[in-house]
Amino acid sequence: MSIGDLSAAAAAEAVRAGELDAGELFAHYRDRAAGEEASAECSLNCFAWLGDSAPEAQPAEPWETGGGGDASYEPGAAPLAGVPLAVKDLFCTRGVPSQSGSQILAGYRPPYSATAVRRLWDAGATLLGKTNQDEFAMGSSTENCAFGPVLNPWDRTRVPGGSSGGSAAAVAAGLAPWALGTDTGGSIRQPAALCGIVGLKPTYGAVSRYGMIAFASSLDQAGPLTRDVRDAALMLRHMAGRDPLDATCTGTREEVRLPSAEDLAGVRLGVPADIEGAGVEAGVLAEFERSLALAAELGAEVRTGVTLPHAAHALSAYYVIAPAEASSNLARYDGVRYGIRAGGEDAERDLVAMYTATRRDGFGAEVKRRIMLGTYVLSAGYYDAYYGQAQRVRTMIVEDFRRAFEEVDFIVSPTSAEVAFGLGAKTADPWSMYLNDYFTVPMSLAGIPAISIPCGLAGEGEGLPVGLQIAGPAFSENRLLEVAHALELALGFDGARARVA
Amino acid sequence: MIGKDEVLHVARLARLHLTPEEVEAMSGELSGVLEHVERIAELDLSEVSPTAHVAQITGALRDDEPRPSLPLATALADAPAVSDDGFLVPSPQA
Repeated sequence: MSIGDLSAAAAAEAVRAGELDAGELFAHYRDRAAGEEASAECSLNCFAWLGDSAPEAQPAEPWETGGGGDASYEPGAAPLAGVPLAVKDLFCTRGVPSQSGSQILAGYRPPYSATAVRRLWDAGATLLGKTNQDEFAMGSSTENCAFGPVLNPWDRTRVPGGSSGGSAAAVAAGLAPWALGTDTGGSIRQPAALCGIVGLKPTYGAVSRYGMIAFASSLDQAGPLTRDVRDAALMLRHMAGRDPLDATCTGTREEVRLPSAEDLAGVRLGVPADIEGAGVEAGVLAEFERSLALAAELGAEVRTGVTLPHAAHALSAYYVIAPAEASSNLARYDGVRYGIRAGGEDAERDLVAMYTATRRDGFGAEVKRRIMLGTYVLSAGYYDAYYGQAQRVRTMIVEDFRRAFEEVDFIVSPTSAEVAFGLGAKTADPWSMYLNDYFTVPMSLAGIPAISIPCGLAGEGEGLPVGLQIAGPAFSENRLLEVAHALELALGFDGARARVA
Repeated sequence: MIGKDEVLHVARLARLHLTPEEVEAMSGELSGVLEHVERIAELDLSEVSPTAHVAQITGALRDDEPRPSLPLATALADAPAVSDDGFLVPSPQA
């Protein structure tokens, strides 16, 4: 078995056992990633920045301490010893470019690191590179990236999904053993589905948001993108935990365990009633139904027709709430403290002219659109009709899930209604792009955990990956991972075709 | 439908400079999105309280202990312009 075939968990074990040299492991991925980036014609463009060599462990600066974690291990005993980690651009990494896919942060090297990243470093992981993403995580295709679009390794004429598209494509292509992403309305799960890998959005509050460049603060949550479910559990175990620097972060209720379930005896899976009406492609639906049949063979009780009466309104509520929060969060980009500042006579003479010109030059079209939408729904005269109403819909969605989980243990659906679509296919009509989040947004609004695992191939030719989404009640990660693990074993999905030569 | 005047008003609030072409496009795109979003207005939720946040947290207080903050030079290191140990900005003409 070659290095590239090892899961992150297996690589970590091999390093700890002295069977694999951490430097060799880093060089393997570094060389593959750099080689792919340098391929002139159509590089996957997964990375915004790549490390040259395995970085020395960075001791925290005095102002970085106090963020929880601060784990220390005996030399050689770190649980993630030497396993390279690809990190989405929007995580602050001290001294390393952290640009959130935006021109307005071009070249920004923050003076501190995100808690989630620091915890993984403390556990022994090494920073391989920063991955491209939709600007400020706004998008479902990674086409809204200031540093160029990311391509899907299964078919380079198609998108990898988004916004964590660089992280998803890097893992699928074997350029990184695993990657860190963020999910606001589906930005981990949907690209994981479109790239044929595993993506987990934890319960809101399980992982610290400190040092994540914010998009929509009541929804943003960091999580793993990995080749298999065990790796997702392993990463979550070492990134979750209370953080005094993020007051909304409570950590998980119990330590995250590595799953081992092989059957689903006694597990009740609920299928929402409206799936067939939601424009799901025939091939996706077929793979979804095949997965349900497998789940039943494993002993699960599959209940169809579970009602989530307000789920159909989730997308509308989300596209009020997320832009509203974004318009507030992105007010900080004003050309004063960091990032770019626009030049020119007006901008040099007048403060407001400097603000407006800097934001004109620094933000891309989709970010401007969301800032405008968010500002509009929060403006005088519209606030209650849009923002207030969307928050009330959110209450109903939380309530819908609470009721559903009285009858079933988990909700299952396709992660995305379709397989990876062509570059440019949805850029002309914003709502057609937003529809990609249809199945993922309800869980985000409710703050509950959800995982996407690859469940088959669909579409023309050799086919493209289809994702199966499993969602559970808040803080049910351990049970959720067990169910995903049992299904993953039974599905036997093979992602080898996407690994680049 | 959001007209051009309203687009310009919102752009002013958002401190965004838009070109005439962007104003035109934004008017159509925002109207298109709002048309979908407005469907939530049909729901009668007058008795429902809003959810701003799902985290069930009350009194999240940490110990009131002084922590080191960013040194001045570090805080200023990424600023586009500095002067006298502060961020330098153009005059607010007002």
